[in-house]
Amino acid sequence: MYSKDGENYFIVDAHIALWDARPQNQRNIHGKQFIDCFYDYHRNLSPDSEVWPYEEYLHQGADRLVHDLFEVGYVDHAIFQPAFLGEFYRNGFGQTEEASALAKAHPEKLTYNHFWDPRNGEEGLKQLREDAARFGLKGVKLYTAEWYGQSRGWKLDDPWSYRYLEAAQELGIRNIHIHKGPTIRPLDRDAFDVADVDKVATDFPEMNFVIEHCGLPRLEDFCWIATQEPNVHAGLAVAIPFIHTRPKYFAQIIGELLYWLDEDRIQFSSDYALWTPRWLIEKFVDFQIPEDMTEYAPLTTAQKKKILGLNAAAMYDIPVPAELQLPRAEPQAVAVA
Amino acid sequence: MPTPEQDALRALGTVVDPELDEPITDLGFVRSLDVDGDRVTVHLRLPTSFCSPNFAYLMASDAKDALVSLHWTRRVTVELDDHHDSDLINRGLAADAGYRGTFTHEAEESLDELRETFRRKAHTAAMERVLTRLMRADPHRTEADLHRVTIGDLPADDATAALLRRRAAIGLGHDPVLPVLVDSDGTPYRPDEVPLRLRMARSTRISLEGNAHFCRGLLATRYDLEETAS
Repeated sequence: MYSKDGENYFIVDAHIALWDARPQNQRNIHGKQFIDCFYDYHRNLSPDSEVWPYEEYLHQGADRLVHDLFEVGYVDHAIFQPAFLGEFYRNGFGQTEEASALAKAHPEKLTYNHFWDPRNGEEGLKQLREDAARFGLKGVKLYTAEWYGQSRGWKLDDPWSYRYLEAAQELGIRNIHIHKGPTIRPLDRDAFDVADVDKVATDFPEMNFVIEHCGLPRLEDFCWIATQEPNVHAGLAVAIPFIHTRPKYFAQIIGELLYWLDEDRIQFSSDYALWTPRWLIEKFVDFQIPEDMTEYAPLTTAQKKKILGLNAAAMYDIPVPAELQLPRAEPQAVAVA
Repeated sequence: MPTPEQDALRALGTVVDPELDEPITDLGFVRSLDVDGDRVTVHLRLPTSFCSPNFAYLMASDAKDALVSLHWTRRVTVELDDHHDSDLINRGLAADAGYRGTFTHEAEESLDELRETFRRKAHTAAMERVLTRLMRADPHRTEADLHRVTIGDLPADDATAALLRRRAAIGLGHDPVLPVLVDSDGTPYRPDEVPLRLRMARSTRISLEGNAHFCRGLLATRYDLEETAS
């Protein structure tokens, strides 16, 4: 919980990772380049006081994660969204065993989402059924730009992808988080194009599709799709740190999202350990649309409460203490004759 | 008379990042330029090693084309540094293998479609910029009036010049009687569609500008440069 000026905020960090990018886990030069790219994001967008030494950035471990999120970071509940990246890292980038064990030990604080790759075919479908049972999955994180042998990406509307989504629906996995963000390796099959979300959102109306990084660098494509598809949501990972270095640009992003979507479909994410949540939460609560940007309405406290936690809590059925919920407009008593 | 270096730099200034719609010379992507008689060697660099290779290839091959087309150049070498596909791209450029020849099995189509997509976006953003300026300059003008604005109504400023360049890039003319608020085929929008289309164009412009901020920042971080972007 975070408190400021008499207001209390329930915080759900909807996108975190427990990664291992140390040299012994790097499979090749791409493993190094990948974490170096993350580290550049971290250095470029963080306040000086929040920049970590490179060595610490390579690996955090469970204790540090618990400390950064829950002891100093105001977070009430966090959701793992792991990336596998098996072509870059020997034991994967996201640490499945460590993260899922931590979530199992602290179910009131952590939710473990897993991943799938439709290029694993029938075998992967079987694995998905086992993983759903083992982890009690409510959601998954999909990484359509993942390398896989000769393949440099896949699309949500590929035939095999549909089979996985159908299986997930049957297994009760309703929340599909998709990394659509800063480019990595799309060739002519642009693995970060958000257009494929449009099709699956229409075909799986009972599922939620959370677009991580709200489609940046294709914000406008994302907004246009989300306007038409009520089950498409925006994850603020990588977008929210602009609040420090480029507050005007952040105002434009949040202004556009509130215009094209609505305040119930935007989720806070630190993308830990890209960034730690503490400073992001403090700055977001203090943030306001600059007065000269008259094209956007000011952000309300209720909108901030929804974005910082209540929206993701609703999606994941995370209990919210009564005093941290938004006051509900009570129906007017009707005189009974 | 410009020096050969200035001439080469000016040629490189015509090469734009397709996603950001800004010249690679302004973005700081040109790391070095060496001219030795009729020989030109250029090194390019990008904000991260994970910049998508299709964009990287586009910029590098456009840079080579721009330099080759100068009348005094004979031997042009363009190399992309520090990219996860540097070797592949540099070999393809040296052999003039083209995009498909360079990436073989991965490149199922040519880059023309991608290039066209970003040219259209650049036009949309430029259109929003001039129309928003027009509205700010004249508070009596309403959004609903914008469908009547023609090229002849635009002031002779940099934003208008940029719009005309982007119109030309997607095959639209510059006749003063032509409407400004049009789709990528030059077809005007219906008056009742104007507010929505303007809003969509604004999100395109914000997206392009934001990406340029981010890329500049990452380039500065990666190469330890002074950040010059606003």
